[in-house]
Amino acid sequence: MKTPEELHRILADKFGDEVFELKQDEPVAPWIIVKAEQIREVSKFLRDEPGLRFDALMCLSGVHYHKENALGVTYHLFSTSEKHKLTLKVIMPEEDAHLPTVEQIWKTADWHEREAYDMFGIRFDGHPDHRRILCPDDWEGYPLRKDYQVQEFYRGMKVEY
Amino acid sequence: MTNVKENRPGPEVTLSPPVDAGNGLKTQEMVISMGPQHPSTHGVLRMELTLNGEIVTRAIPHIGYLHRCFEKHSEAMNDYAKVIPYVDRMDYVAAMNNELGYAIAMERLMDIRVNDRVEYIRVIMSELQRIASHLLAVGTFGLDIGAFTPFLYCFIEREKILDIFEKASGARLLYNYIWIGGLMNDVPADFKTDTAAFVKSFRPKIKELNDLLSHNKIFIDRTANVGVLPEKVAINYGVSGPSLRGSGVEWDLRKDDPYSIYDRFEFDVIVGQGEMGTVGDCWDRYIVRVWEMEESLKIIEQALDQMPDEGDVQEAVPKKIRPPAGEIYCRTETPRGELGYYIISDKSTTPFRVKARAPSFVNLSVLPAISIGAMVADMVAIIGSIDIVLGEVDR
Amino acid sequence: MQQFLESFLPAGPVVVFVFSIIPLMIILIYALFAIWLERKVAGHIQDRLGPMQTGGWHGWAQTLADLLKMIQKEDIVPAKADRFLFKMAPFIAFAASYAAFVAIPFSSGYIGSMIDIGVFYIVAITSLLSVSIIMAGWASNNKWSLLGAMRTAAQTVSYEVPTVVTILSVIIVTGTLNLMEVTEMQTGNAFLGFLPSWLIFHSPFMVIAFVLFFIASLAEAHRVPFDLPESESELVGGYQTEYSGMRWGLFMLTEYADMLLLSLVGATLFFGGWNSPFGSFMDGPVWGAFWMLFKGMVLVFVMMWLRWTLPRLRVDQLMNLCWKYLIPLSFVNLVLIALWEMIF
Repeated sequence: MKTPEELHRILADKFGDEVFELKQDEPVAPWIIVKAEQIREVSKFLRDEPGLRFDALMCLSGVHYHKENALGVTYHLFSTSEKHKLTLKVIMPEEDAHLPTVEQIWKTADWHEREAYDMFGIRFDGHPDHRRILCPDDWEGYPLRKDYQVQEFYRGMKVEY
Repeated sequence: MTNVKENRPGPEVTLSPPVDAGNGLKTQEMVISMGPQHPSTHGVLRMELTLNGEIVTRAIPHIGYLHRCFEKHSEAMNDYAKVIPYVDRMDYVAAMNNELGYAIAMERLMDIRVNDRVEYIRVIMSELQRIASHLLAVGTFGLDIGAFTPFLYCFIEREKILDIFEKASGARLLYNYIWIGGLMNDVPADFKTDTAAFVKSFRPKIKELNDLLSHNKIFIDRTANVGVLPEKVAINYGVSGPSLRGSGVEWDLRKDDPYSIYDRFEFDVIVGQGEMGTVGDCWDRYIVRVWEMEESLKIIEQALDQMPDEGDVQEAVPKKIRPPAGEIYCRTETPRGELGYYIISDKSTTPFRVKARAPSFVNLSVLPAISIGAMVADMVAIIGSIDIVLGEVDR
Repeated sequence: MQQFLESFLPAGPVVVFVFSIIPLMIILIYALFAIWLERKVAGHIQDRLGPMQTGGWHGWAQTLADLLKMIQKEDIVPAKADRFLFKMAPFIAFAASYAAFVAIPFSSGYIGSMIDIGVFYIVAITSLLSVSIIMAGWASNNKWSLLGAMRTAAQTVSYEVPTVVTILSVIIVTGTLNLMEVTEMQTGNAFLGFLPSWLIFHSPFMVIAFVLFFIASLAEAHRVPFDLPESESELVGGYQTEYSGMRWGLFMLTEYADMLLLSLVGATLFFGGWNSPFGSFMDGPVWGAFWMLFKGMVLVFVMMWLRWTLPRLRVDQLMNLCWKYLIPLSFVNLVLIALWEMIF
């Protein structure tokens, strides 16, 4: 059982300080910002390192920070053996939002990453089945972006009612 | 009108080349679309099956037929409380549990404490809902296997629970009963006696169900050793709830990550033991649900004993819901597994982001991994034993 | 009865026609009744009432209402289907089932045709049913239908073996294939003085033979737990998936006719056919018809009872049951019955 602060220290010792940023003054629990290109190595380390053993990815969500023109991916990790939780965040610029997939580390990420791609247009490099999941494959736009405009027609059917 | 696009991009399915069967005929794999209109996909799930005879060599689930973009709806609400009816419509057979999860997430974010009466009513309601949902799951599972009759026996009992809900909330399926900081209204005066009567009458019915279905030879033959989900695979895929416990993992958020007042009750976590076959087969997942109903009864009985008679159920309901800027991920145990809400607030009354980590969505993703080598009839059993609700998968 | 008809009608085609239409009338009236009964049985097994409104008394007219609805429905033929085969299949199915009734002795005064190879004829002609189902499955151009058809082919071919072997064990005792003669042999009280001389009481092995025959006939009639060809929770509707309206109705009718046929064969072979269970009391051609249909209906009822009680087998388990249990058992039983017949 480790607190996010301790986990942050472990990660900073391993990968270097510049990769991480700890957000502390949160109402519920602090979280750690990770650089996009590092998320895969960090995830693998978090899963396999004895004493950390984050074997479960509870949730993976995309977020659109429209005021900052950024897209984010939030990873909620949990360890079934150590019983500690950790929240990781990756923030990317809106126009070039892509990051390595963690599908090979936690299979849960498979569908969640597809959902994040479907809803936010975040691309996950190395995902084996990278296509939309909830919307049709030829849907235009990413519905959960704050500036999303629904298309007028879909395959000849009027969308807005 | 724009033209209809003829060719839809999608994954290419490559079939193995035709094989000479030795008598001048050639055999080849066949791709068959199971759903979205199929009696046993529990809604509008579509499975793209590649079959070798009747044996499944590849299964690709296609979802999204019920997609309503609940998350976009939430962002369009100007009040956090208005999200609750949408939450109901995710897992529409366990609406109480969905509400409870959302209410608890919001209360933690806003640091609201509710009084004991509210807590006990919430627990009783959500455990009753768990029984109702498991009854549906068990009944339809029997239906998938071909046993029609237990399904209706389960429905008779489920009706009694819905009657209790109807008395309290006025609705039978989608309640909007558990509010942020309280309840819509207090339970009726005869709630305690009604619930106690139900608990008393329902206990023997579990035994009846076991006699009817669980220990039927054909039923066991059809479900044991079918769709085995090993423990490691289950955790890696994020499977939760009875499907995870069926694989022998003692994991229940009510015990392992307690929320509400679940730490005040004594109950057991049921795990699959491979009684009829291998640990983690369809029969194990099924029997976990059956015995969990018994555990829920235990919780309800204890809660009825301890429940205070006084207390204003709307005491802590905030006038204006304006949570501090920040975010929370809060998870609760619904009948289908771990339901997590990821809520981001930007200090306004409109939710910035509400994401639901739906247990059915995650549980369904394991399907391709455990269905290779099964037969078409087994597919039906596997889908039934995972117990998905498409409203929640697609949200 | 033919003589009776000929006494006031001119002999020739008319008599033959009237004579041959009788089983059809029986089947149609029976089907109306049986479908209603199935719903009632299902209802009461499931702790509900079943149809209660249509027609007044316990929803007796429900099947009629459904029939009217079915006639009005559009007869859809899928665009890519093989139209000729698709349209023919239900008729062949029903014809096969109907043709088999000709060798059933409904009473001491009525049998469609007094052919000497009655049982053999029935076994042969009912296998035409599987041909029609394969036709339907193939012609529908639907993969679920095709799967259903393939299952039917495998199932019918396999289960015909135990059926024929158990029938053969009866034939060893009777020495004739003519069902009328088989029934006549079972008249009177022979065994132990008070039991009717039905073949089921002939030897303990005969009981086993009946059980085997009944299980195999469930599979032949595609009833639960062997309803794999049309298993709706797996194959949508199996070979019937693409059928609608009256063509689907004909398949339904065939299914019920088949149930009756196999029950009547069972009743004739094991339960004395049209013989009264009370010796010469309530005996005669009219009572005979009553007893025959009554015995048939009891077996049909048991089939319904099983349908609403049991889950369904998987296709490989179905084959296992047939080839590993039923066929060896029926052969052993055949030998035992033959030995019994030699010794006693």
